[in-house]
Amino acid sequence: MYVAVKGGEKAIDNAHALMRTQRRGDSAIAELSVDQIRQQLPLAVDRVMNEGSVYDPELAALALKQASGDAVEAIFLLRAYRTTLPRFGYSEPLDTEQMQIERRISGTFKDLPGGQILGSTYDYTHRLLDFSLLAAGEAEMAPEEANALSEALAAGNSCPRVLELLNKEGLIEQSRESGLDDQVPRDLTREPVNYPAERAVRLQNLIRGDEGFLLSLSYASMRGYGDSHPFSGEMRTGRVSVELVPEELGFPIEVGEVLLTESEMVNQFHGSKDLPPQFTRGYGIAFGRAERKAMSVALVERALRAEELGEEVLYPTQDQEFVLSHTDCVSANGFVSHLKLPHYVDFQSELEMIRRLRNEQSQATQSKTTNEEADA
Amino acid sequence: MSVEPQQETSGTRSRQRWMGVLAKSSVAALQERWQALSLEPEYQFIRKPETGLTMLRGRVGGSGQPFNMGEMTLTRCAVRLASGTLGVSYVAGRNSQHAITAALADALLQEDNTQTLLQRELIAPLQAELDAERQQRAAQANSTRVDFFTLVRGED
Repeated sequence: MYVAVKGGEKAIDNAHALMRTQRRGDSAIAELSVDQIRQQLPLAVDRVMNEGSVYDPELAALALKQASGDAVEAIFLLRAYRTTLPRFGYSEPLDTEQMQIERRISGTFKDLPGGQILGSTYDYTHRLLDFSLLAAGEAEMAPEEANALSEALAAGNSCPRVLELLNKEGLIEQSRESGLDDQVPRDLTREPVNYPAERAVRLQNLIRGDEGFLLSLSYASMRGYGDSHPFSGEMRTGRVSVELVPEELGFPIEVGEVLLTESEMVNQFHGSKDLPPQFTRGYGIAFGRAERKAMSVALVERALRAEELGEEVLYPTQDQEFVLSHTDCVSANGFVSHLKLPHYVDFQSELEMIRRLRNEQSQATQSKTTNEEADA
Repeated sequence: MSVEPQQETSGTRSRQRWMGVLAKSSVAALQERWQALSLEPEYQFIRKPETGLTMLRGRVGGSGQPFNMGEMTLTRCAVRLASGTLGVSYVAGRNSQHAITAALADALLQEDNTQTLLQRELIAPLQAELDAERQQRAAQANSTRVDFFTLVRGED
């Protein structure tokens, strides 16, 4: 239990001033601008946007600067800021099939209609430190002239999903039940999660969840703590147009574009009494180029479908309440960090209790010894 | 959405198109071309620029049921010209100037005497810039197109 304390204002002010000095570092070195963070540390910015659950690269970069690069602190700042803004409704569902692809890879099919596009990636690098970056050298840039555009890319045609290939044979579940209209998804920023949670709520929770936690859970589910044997059906990154319908207009308008990464996992499914053996899907999506996050979301998303698919729930990753109530890094950090606050009164009472117990114990031993001596 | 989409007329379609171009263009590009036009229309705010959030929705598996993905910052503005024409803007991000210019341009694009000029001097060049950026991204992506070969294992 936490009991409020008073005092220490001066020390706290000084501690904050010291934090600002430390954050600035050596003043002989140029100060980092928010634009530089946004442009040159975009993957850190993406993480803050995802877990802060607000798409705004400039705000996320500012939060990172203010938090001295601590992702969790920056996420907390962004979450706090979002509570000061009014909500202007909901967008139309994003059409990721119309994404302008900048990267698209499949671990299941080598020949995709539309082709595999590596985009910009750290995959296949040797993970050797590049000392030319340390020597303030200019990194090698992408060549200006690229090979001739494929017609589809040039025309900006939509790129069909890889998993639709399996769908045509009926070997994979449909992404929606046919004949079912759109349901309005529950919004966990407006109402708390109830268990068991619907798939839409689970996804919303995972997308704003801690990347490390989800990565480890998905790792565990593949190592034997979850009956998971996934393939990466497709992962794609690119820009998607955002549309919404303003009330005063009554028709949809584009308001901008967002960069997204989408991951679709394919999992074996042995079938149940209602369903034949087939592949099932796990779906993940994230802001920016957050591939690890999108894949982890897709893996955990699939694991959490165990119950609805009639699989036995045996492992923590399949347990909705365990996973969904512990994904949020702001909550987790808050609860762990609150231990730093003064618990003096609380601890004092525990101290008293331990002393009392020890006294009682030693008295009991003494009287027992005395009794034994008397018996003898 | 609770609102039923209006009957899509060709007027609505071209308004959707220019509103999209105004919203997707960078503030710098928009301001540069807007200022070059030196239009100074008389107007009053129906809604001063206001920044808020919209909840982005996705679809499970890309085509399934909708879900809430996360929010995005958005700025909106509404103006009325002296003629009574209403201009509206909704633009991603937090830039008030972007929202004001987009709302003014939306109003003037509905006026017969300024429509042609704005289409030619504002919307067409901005659209061309957006197309060029898109082409450049496509070319960069295309340079990383790959063909994987499956190696035959020497078992048979």
